[in-house]
Amino acid sequence: MDSTIIIEKGVIIVAVFALTMLMAMYSTWAERKVAAWLQDRVGPNRAGPFGLFQPLADGLKLFSKEEFEPNTPNRFLFFVGPAIAMSTALMTSAVIPWGDRLHLFGRDILLQATDLNIGLLYFIGVVSVGVYGIMIGGWASNNKFSLIGAVRAASQMVSYEVAMGLSLIALLMMTGTLSLREISAQQAGMDWNVFYQPLSFIIFLICAFAEANRTPFDLAECETELIGGYHTEYSSMKMGFYLFAEYANMFISSTILAVLFFGGYNYPGMSWVVENWGVNIANIMGFGALFIKLCGFIFFFMWVRWTIPRFRYDQLMHLGWRILIPLSIVNIMITGIVMLRADIAAYFGF
Amino acid sequence: MSTILIIFCVLSAVTLATAFLTIFSRNPIHSAIYLVICFFSIAGHYLLLNSQFLAIVHIIVYSGAIMILFLFTIMLMNLNEEKEVHRPRITRLGAIVSFCLICLILIAIFINSKPIVGEYVTTGEDYQSIKVLGKVLLNEYMVPFEFASILLLVAMIGTVLLSKKEKLQK
Repeated sequence: MDSTIIIEKGVIIVAVFALTMLMAMYSTWAERKVAAWLQDRVGPNRAGPFGLFQPLADGLKLFSKEEFEPNTPNRFLFFVGPAIAMSTALMTSAVIPWGDRLHLFGRDILLQATDLNIGLLYFIGVVSVGVYGIMIGGWASNNKFSLIGAVRAASQMVSYEVAMGLSLIALLMMTGTLSLREISAQQAGMDWNVFYQPLSFIIFLICAFAEANRTPFDLAECETELIGGYHTEYSSMKMGFYLFAEYANMFISSTILAVLFFGGYNYPGMSWVVENWGVNIANIMGFGALFIKLCGFIFFFMWVRWTIPRFRYDQLMHLGWRILIPLSIVNIMITGIVMLRADIAAYFGF
Repeated sequence: MSTILIIFCVLSAVTLATAFLTIFSRNPIHSAIYLVICFFSIAGHYLLLNSQFLAIVHIIVYSGAIMILFLFTIMLMNLNEEKEVHRPRITRLGAIVSFCLICLILIAIFINSKPIVGEYVTTGEDYQSIKVLGKVLLNEYMVPFEFASILLLVAMIGTVLLSKKEKLQK
């Protein structure tokens, strides 16, 4: 490994990190603006033009608040909880292909931190580890309400991970690869997976809501029953980390949705742009296309938050175990039958 | 010392230390968390052996699913160090016997797998990839694979039955 690769990957990792943080910051602003728009209000408009400096003001407030610690015997775990939540939210972005390649300084630069050939499994693995941040933080708070909130969040995430994994299996049967880069490349043009696997997409979308702990699945933060959920006892930047992790998760989920089902960085007419305007412009436009798609999903997340009320806990479990999991298994079977239709027809002699 | 050797030494130290801490720690939640760290370092060992798939699946299954359910039950049961029950002698004997059996199986695996891995090394095929693993599992080792899944199914049905029984008695 020569030093240029290290520099190149380092630049990409820092850029992705900065992008994730920036998007998480401005998602808080966008959420307020969308909420205000849906409820016919103005929203934040004091700090800067259109309230654009509101996230900076919020960050400053969170940083300067007094750090309050509950009387807990597990001070270290109390500290580790938000750290795990934040780092797992940031880790997923390593395997996402942000664009195809740039041709700079006489070398091809892949716009991706690392192209694992098991990228999709890596994503599922990181998501499944993310539960620890909530569970450990909630338990170490030494508070009943935090513990119940944490247990609720964890059981919800574990339940919906099953349906999420099963819905992805149907997609994998079609793509035949686990590498997110290859899955993106297969969807060149308008050959998006959502047209072939609509059911898989809907199940994955619902599970993404549950994994990011967003309404209608934000039972962990059910204020009327559980005060603030697992982060009741947290204050200052530790709470900020939990909130930030939620927005970072939303951003990453939107990106994964765009990459898996909506063609990733592909846009119609990309091959024409490559031929006429060159590789660099085509792929910068590709990054722009991915960015527009993921912003659409982020807006969708917010739209749903201010439209659909929160589910009851038994409804949540019913939806996860009795509807989504059987549906995804049926989806896998249908996909298998369609893929093998020629063999089946030959067997029965049609 | 090469970098890989240093990483191996650090990982092994972490694995052993957390494994011992799992056993000796008084607080059940702390020992569960040590076990999670132990699983992560074992996944690191898999990565050192260049088997990415095994490492990730290990994290998903053990750290992501089993240990979370474990933590779950421990948190809800609110176990304290005083409540630790004294294990009867037969349980200890069973533990020793199962440990010896696992050792036997592991030794058998290591002895048997060596010539098979050698074959792949000579052909130059990436035997850690999902394609090769899937083909081997569903062709050569189809029957043991299905037996393992039947075993899991039996365990699942058993648990459901046990939890139902308690409800009927009420």
